[in-house]
Amino acid sequence: MPAVPETLDAVQAATESGYKWGFSTDIDMELAPKGLNEDIIRLISARKNEPDWLLEWRLKAFALWQTMTEPSWAKLHHPPIDYQDLHYYAAPKRKPGPASLDEVDPELLAMYEKLGIPLKERAALAGVEQPPQVAVDAVFDSVSVATTFRDTLAKAGVIFCPISEAVQEHPELVRKYLGSVVPAGDNYFAALNSAVFTDGSFVFIPKGVRCPMELSTYFRINARNTGQFERTLIIAEEGGTVSYLEGCTAPQRDENQLHAAVVELVALDDARIKYSTVQNWYPGDAEGRGGIYNFVTKRGACRGARSKISWTQVETGSAITWKYPSCILQGDESVGEFYSVAVTTNRQQADTGTKMIHIGRNTRSTIVSKGISAGRSDNTYRGLVRVLPRAHGARNFTQCDSLLIGDQCGAHTVPYIESRNPTAKLEHEATTSKISEDQMFYCRQRGLSQEDAVGLIVNGFCKDVLKELPMEFAVEAQKLLAVSLEGSVG
Amino acid sequence: MNLAVAPAAPSLLETRAAAFLARHEGLRARLPGDAAVRAEGAALFRAAGLPGPREEAWRYTNLRALAEIDFHEPLVAQADCAGLLARLPAIDAPRLVFVCGRFRADLSRLPDGVEVVTGAPASAADPARGRLVALNAMLAEDGAAIRVAAGVDAGTLLLASLGIAPQGHAVAFHPRHAVELGDGATLTLIEVATGTGTYLHNPVLSARVGAGATLTHLRLQDEAEGAFHLSTVQAEVAERGSYDSFALALGARLGRMEVHARLAGARAAAHLNAAQLLDGRRHADFTTVVAHDAPATASRQTVKTVLSGAARGVFQGKIEVARIAQKTDGYQMNQALLLSPDAEMDSKPQLEIYADDVKCSHGATVGELDGEQLFYLRSRGIPPDIARAMLVRAFLAEALDPIAHEAGRAALEGAIERWWQRQPA
Repeated sequence: MPAVPETLDAVQAATESGYKWGFSTDIDMELAPKGLNEDIIRLISARKNEPDWLLEWRLKAFALWQTMTEPSWAKLHHPPIDYQDLHYYAAPKRKPGPASLDEVDPELLAMYEKLGIPLKERAALAGVEQPPQVAVDAVFDSVSVATTFRDTLAKAGVIFCPISEAVQEHPELVRKYLGSVVPAGDNYFAALNSAVFTDGSFVFIPKGVRCPMELSTYFRINARNTGQFERTLIIAEEGGTVSYLEGCTAPQRDENQLHAAVVELVALDDARIKYSTVQNWYPGDAEGRGGIYNFVTKRGACRGARSKISWTQVETGSAITWKYPSCILQGDESVGEFYSVAVTTNRQQADTGTKMIHIGRNTRSTIVSKGISAGRSDNTYRGLVRVLPRAHGARNFTQCDSLLIGDQCGAHTVPYIESRNPTAKLEHEATTSKISEDQMFYCRQRGLSQEDAVGLIVNGFCKDVLKELPMEFAVEAQKLLAVSLEGSVG
Repeated sequence: MNLAVAPAAPSLLETRAAAFLARHEGLRARLPGDAAVRAEGAALFRAAGLPGPREEAWRYTNLRALAEIDFHEPLVAQADCAGLLARLPAIDAPRLVFVCGRFRADLSRLPDGVEVVTGAPASAADPARGRLVALNAMLAEDGAAIRVAAGVDAGTLLLASLGIAPQGHAVAFHPRHAVELGDGATLTLIEVATGTGTYLHNPVLSARVGAGATLTHLRLQDEAEGAFHLSTVQAEVAERGSYDSFALALGARLGRMEVHARLAGARAAAHLNAAQLLDGRRHADFTTVVAHDAPATASRQTVKTVLSGAARGVFQGKIEVARIAQKTDGYQMNQALLLSPDAEMDSKPQLEIYADDVKCSHGATVGELDGEQLFYLRSRGIPPDIARAMLVRAFLAEALDPIAHEAGRAALEGAIERWWQRQPA
């Protein structure tokens, strides 16, 4: 999301007590009845006019899901989720004819305006003469309603559309890659997503194409009691390059909202995929009421030689975050990266990290994780680095740092390091610290307020990660960090 | 995938657990010691069974190989211990010798100034602390309760375990020891475990270190090739006390040394250093949990693993810092050297921190010998096998160097030397 001045103002104005972006928009919703069964899945599939193979795939996933149990290994505590008490399908009311930008519900556009995403032609970066172009595929609840920059992308041969549309227009690609990185029965939440996903983004970068602009999806959870089940699939063919941005806010709600997305990335020979996330969903109030439950499965497969997948995330929102963006390094000399900042305050709980599976020769991975806990929150890094016997010359470097603000929070580090090849070299470092009195004193003495000082120090602590973000995100992410931690010190 | 399917037939682990329970039923009237602890252990073990691979603390150490073996009552009377006694380190100190978990007064020399009670399992261990502790509690047959009075420097004491199992007669024994140091007391306890044949040695040792007291605990696990060594140490350290330990694992088919250290008083300290040298198809696991439960406590861990053949090494180390434990200083380093393409190392260093004014860090590395260092030595005319040995020894030195007890360190270095000699060039 571009850092337009309005956005910065909005962020600046946010306070700890009131979630700035906690407004909701009244748009007529088409809701499926509550509950989950085969009929609901058939309904979703029928509404989307899906081919038989996809319906069968969904039903198979549902059958698997029913045999599975919710994972309990993460350091997370929440009341049991009643999966039968949710709506699994919600769509903005249909309009006749194709939805061009002019025909998009003005109320919806107004909401995006409030959020600061101009869904217009150009997103100008303040002070930048030749601003980079950003294409937005807006996901409003479950159905993508507006897509921009289709033409420019089409000229380059890039496909960027809602996945439901890709199912209709590029069934062979969807069928080939859907579930090939995260199989339907991979885990409890992935199985649930596979059964009921309603929409998400599809990106296809053909051979040798460098995507002419950064692609962006804007997520927003809107309807009460609607679980969101996004499915994103990004494929970069030989030599293709793409940078994808994902950012989220959600309106304030009393009840917990479930979110179980799946993101699959496939990189063939020499392809590069950069996936950046700023996650700022409603975290619940100071007592931990409300807030989003975020159970996400994100995984990238570096299938080709010299391919590269890079995950960068800034996680400040959600009551519960359960998220492990991973890389399967199959291709020789492929590279996986994970850069993460996770901030928890009040009663938030985050259990996040990554998995780097080294399969090919001379594969390399880098993990940099910065966890910041404040209030009464718990923040856990959980990561796996596994080197298989064939991965000669594999390299991994992992750095996990935790910062504690206050004496009522927890910071935890749970790395798993498994090596089955002697030529592999793995290094892992972890530290825990607090903001030192010296640092605070130094800043205060120069006239910075307590909160500005914390913001400054925290941004310094996270620098290694923030510098990996595309410009548009980096500016906002810095503000977000400062805002998230307001009121945590003193 | 976690497709939970109800098991139709009992698994191997369940069958083995049932056999241990049956043994408990048959023996409980005859075994000495606190019947209540025994009953509690049995109840816990009946409910929990043997740990399986799906249990987080056991994800890298699978007891399937153990479950395949039918263990019997030890035949201590016929045992000839002379050969095994010769393997004990030549340290001039009093010693307590246990053969298959039973105290042997004829082979022991009791220390002066230290109270030692044998003939029944010592009762300080908490059976709820682990499934193998529960197993120990229900089947323990003997043990040593060692008490050092306040202010006494008790010198060095050797605690030896000899496992003897004739061909075709696997045995299991579960000794339980307790060490208690009064305020300001000092003791160096050197524990050696060795043996022949196929056996399960499941010892539990609980240590209470008084205020300002220091317990130095050196351990050598040099069990028989077919043995299973599953030991648990529970140490509790009072203010300004110190539990200073080093463990060396060289033997056993499957070994796991589990240490739970609780720093209960302000400024208490623990050193949990270890080295594992594994060859063949051995599996060794060093698992530690350090609980910082008081302010200004300190823990240090250096764990080194060297793997050759198709050996598998495991390190799991957890540092827990309670809310009250401000000013904690926790440090942990674990490093592994893989000398062969079939070796495997799994390591899980863990931090669980609830206090903000702390300094905690861990580091972990896994890799092979540094090619440049090898080249440096070879370019000076040193043959490859000697160069490798030099580098491995230098690698281990960091864990061994802090051992202040000269004779103890010499004994451990001697054991490493013998391990190195049995490696193919």
